[in-house]
Amino acid sequence: MKFDIIIAGVGGQGVLSIGAIISASAMRAGLRAMQSEVHGMSQRGGAVLAHLRLADREIFSPTIAHGQADLILGLEPLETLRYLEYLSPSGTLITASEPLKNIPDYPDIDDVLWGILRHPRGHVLDATRIARDAGSVKAANVVMVGAATDFLPIEDVTIRSAIADAFASKGERVVEVNLRAYDAGRSALRHREVVDEFETFAVT
Amino acid sequence: MTDEVLSTEALMLLGDEAVALGALHAGITAAYAYPGTPATEILEALQRNGGARANWCANEKTAYEAALGMSMAGKRALVSMKHVGLNVAADPFINSAVVAPVGGLVLAVADDPGMHSSQNEQDSRFYADFARVPCLEPANAQEAYDMTREAFEVSERFRVPVVLRLVTRLAHQRSGVEAQHRKDENALNTRRDRADWVLLPSFARRRWQKRLQQQKDIRGWAEMSPHNELTLNENFRDMGVITTGIAQSYFLDVTRELGLTPSHLHIGAYPIPATLIRDLADHVPEILVIEEGYPYVERMLRGILPPLTTIRGRQSGDLPEAGELNQELVWSAFGLQPPRGTAATISIPERPPRLCDGCPHIDAYNALNDALRSYEAPVVTSDIGCYTLGALPPYNVGDSCVCMGASIGMGKGAADAGAGPVVAVIGDSTFLHSGVTPLMDAAAANTDMTVLILDNDVVAMTGTQPTVLPPNRIPEIVRGIGVDPEHCHVFESHPRRVGELTQLLRREIAHRGLSVVIVHRECIEALKKDKKARRES
Ligand code: SF4
Repeated sequence: MKFDIIIAGVGGQGVLSIGAIISASAMRAGLRAMQSEVHGMSQRGGAVLAHLRLADREIFSPTIAHGQADLILGLEPLETLRYLEYLSPSGTLITASEPLKNIPDYPDIDDVLWGILRHPRGHVLDATRIARDAGSVKAANVVMVGAATDFLPIEDVTIRSAIADAFASKGERVVEVNLRAYDAGRSALRHREVVDEFETFAVT
Repeated sequence: MTDEVLSTEALMLLGDEAVALGALHAGITAAYAYPGTPATEILEALQRNGGARANWCANEKTAYEAALGMSMAGKRALVSMKHVGLNVAADPFINSAVVAPVGGLVLAVADDPGMHSSQNEQDSRFYADFARVPCLEPANAQEAYDMTREAFEVSERFRVPVVLRLVTRLAHQRSGVEAQHRKDENALNTRRDRADWVLLPSFARRRWQKRLQQQKDIRGWAEMSPHNELTLNENFRDMGVITTGIAQSYFLDVTRELGLTPSHLHIGAYPIPATLIRDLADHVPEILVIEEGYPYVERMLRGILPPLTTIRGRQSGDLPEAGELNQELVWSAFGLQPPRGTAATISIPERPPRLCDGCPHIDAYNALNDALRSYEAPVVTSDIGCYTLGALPPYNVGDSCVCMGASIGMGKGAADAGAGPVVAVIGDSTFLHSGVTPLMDAAAANTDMTVLILDNDVVAMTGTQPTVLPPNRIPEIVRGIGVDPEHCHVFESHPRRVGELTQLLRREIAHRGLSVVIVHRECIEALKKDKKARRES
C-alpha cells in the first residue's frame, strides 16, 4: 500500500503543519512517512508545495511523480489547480475555497473553482468559515486535515490524538478549537457542504 | 528534539535535523554556521537542543576557522553552510586539508540543485576532490544521521576534514530516523605540533606529501565502505547503473515500479571506488550514471579518450545537465515513457515570492525610486537577502545581485567606470558577512557612491536568525572605516517618513563622494515571531 499526497498553498498558510499532523498520525498507525518540504525563499508569500508519501513498505523518492498522487490537498484554490498534473487517474482533489490574490494576474475565481469541481473527485470547502465557526480562523489547515480524513489510510481516532498532541503545549482551549475544526472539516466533506456561491457546482 | 525521545523511538526528522543529531551524538563540542537555505536548520536544531555550543558566525569563513581551531584543540566540531557559502570558506577549507586535524572536523555543506533558494547549483563534491578529502553523500535522513556520526570517526582516523554533501531534497526531507547512544566529548589536546599546523612552505610541503601518500589508504577506505555497494545481476547484462546519494531513491522507486533489476553500483563514499566501477564495467557494455548535481562521476568515467563502455548520464544528455532529478527523468533515461497526469485547463499564473506586506524594505525602495527619478541612467547594485525580491515589479530596484557583499564592490567598479549615480543596496547581515571589506576599498578611494544599508535587525530570508552583532554597532563600524561622519546617516524608517528619506537620499546621491545611509526598521516577520514567543511564555 502507498498513499501519496500533494499539499499546496501559499507561503505562510501552514502547508507544513498539515504535513506534520498527517505524517505524525501515519507513524502512529504503523505506516512509514516521508515528507519533502520547501523552506527558504518561496516561503515569502510564494507558491509552496509539500510532497507527503505514506506507505507500508519502504519509501524511496522524496518527491511524487506526475500522475501518481492519491490526494491533492490545497489551502488555496489556484495552488490546488497548479499541481493537478500530479494527480493519479483515481485521485481525489480537495481545496479550501478562499483565494489569496497577491498576484496581479489572478484568474477569474469561478474558473479556478470550476477547474476543481469539474473533476469527478474534486471538492471545495470554505475552510476559513468553518474554522471561524469552530473558534479560530487559524485552524483552517486543521479543517483541511479533517476534510481529507475519509480518504487517508489512517483511522480517525489516530489523527485526533495526533492533533491533540500537536497543540497540547498551547493549552486545552487551543486543542479543543482544533479538534472542533477537524471534526467540522470532516463532516463538511461528508455532507458535501460546499461553498454557498458554488452550490450549483456541487457534485452530489 | 530531546535526548530522551531520541533513544526510544524512530523520529520524523528533517535531513538537516538528522545531521545535527548525528553530530551531537558523535560528541561534538560545538557547531559553527552562517544561515543559508537549505543548510540553516542544522544549526537551528542544535540550538534548540542546547547540548552543544551552536554558534551563528559572521560568515562561512569565520565559521570554518572556528571549527578548525576547535579541532586543533582536540575537540570535535561541525561546521555547516550552503554550497555558495563554501566559496566564502574555500580558503580555510582547502588549507585545512593540508594541516592535521586532531578532533573530528566535519563540514556539512548543502547544495541546491534546481536553485530553489540560490544563485547557482554548484556541486560540492568537486570541492572535496579539489582539497583531496573524503566525502560522504547520504541518500536519506537515516543515512544523514549515520554518516554524520561516521564522518567524525573517519576524520579522526585519517586526521583530515570530511565533507558531508547534502542536497535540498535531502536537507528538507522529513522521514523516520533511528538514533543511537551519545558519545562523550573528546578531551582537550594540550600538545602543540607546529609542523602539523604552521603552514610555512617547508612545513606545508611535508604536510602535503603526507596527505598525498595517504590517498591510497583513503581510496582503500572508500573502496571497502558499506556505502559503496555493487550488486551484479548475472541475468541482466545489457546495462548497469551507478547512482550516488539521493539519486538512488529515484532509481529504486522507478525500478521497483518497472520490475527491473539491472546491475547497480551505489556510491555514498568518495573518492569514487574505482575497483567497483571496473567490476561493473566488466559486467555490462553500457553504464547509466544517475547523480544529483553536476555530472561528477560521469566525467571521471568518461575522460578524454573514447571509453570502452558506453556512458550515459547528465553530460551525455540522457538526463538534463541542470536542475533536480525526479522519477520522471529516470523513467526517460531508461528509454520509457514516464507516468503523466492531466494539467489544469486554465493557465495558471506564477506566484513568485514577494516582500511581506508592511516589509520595511518597501519604504526604502519607494524613497530610493523617487530619489533616482531625475537621473537618466542610475546604477543600483543589490545583494543577497529578502530585499533581492525588490528587483521584481512593482519596485524594480536592483540592476545586479551576484554574491554576498558584491553590491558594494561592484558599485565601486561601476562608479570607477564613470557610470552613475551609483547606489549599492545591502542588508545588515549581508553587510556584516561580506560588505565591510569592499566598503574599506570605497572609503580608501572616497568612491562616488551611496551605500544604502537596509537594517532590519535580523537575517530575515532564512528565518529571522539574529545578526552576529547588534545592529546599533553598524554605524560605528562604518565611521571606524573612515566614512565621513557628515555623510553617514542612520534613519529610523516609517511609512510616514518616506518623503523625508527621499530628501536625504537625494542629497547623498548628489554628494560627490562616498555616503552611507543606514535605514533601520525591524522585519515584520521577526516582530511577529517575537510577539508569539512572548505570548507563549
Ligand atoms: S521577512 Fe522581513 S525583511 Fe523579509 S520580506 Fe518579510 S518583512 Fe521584509
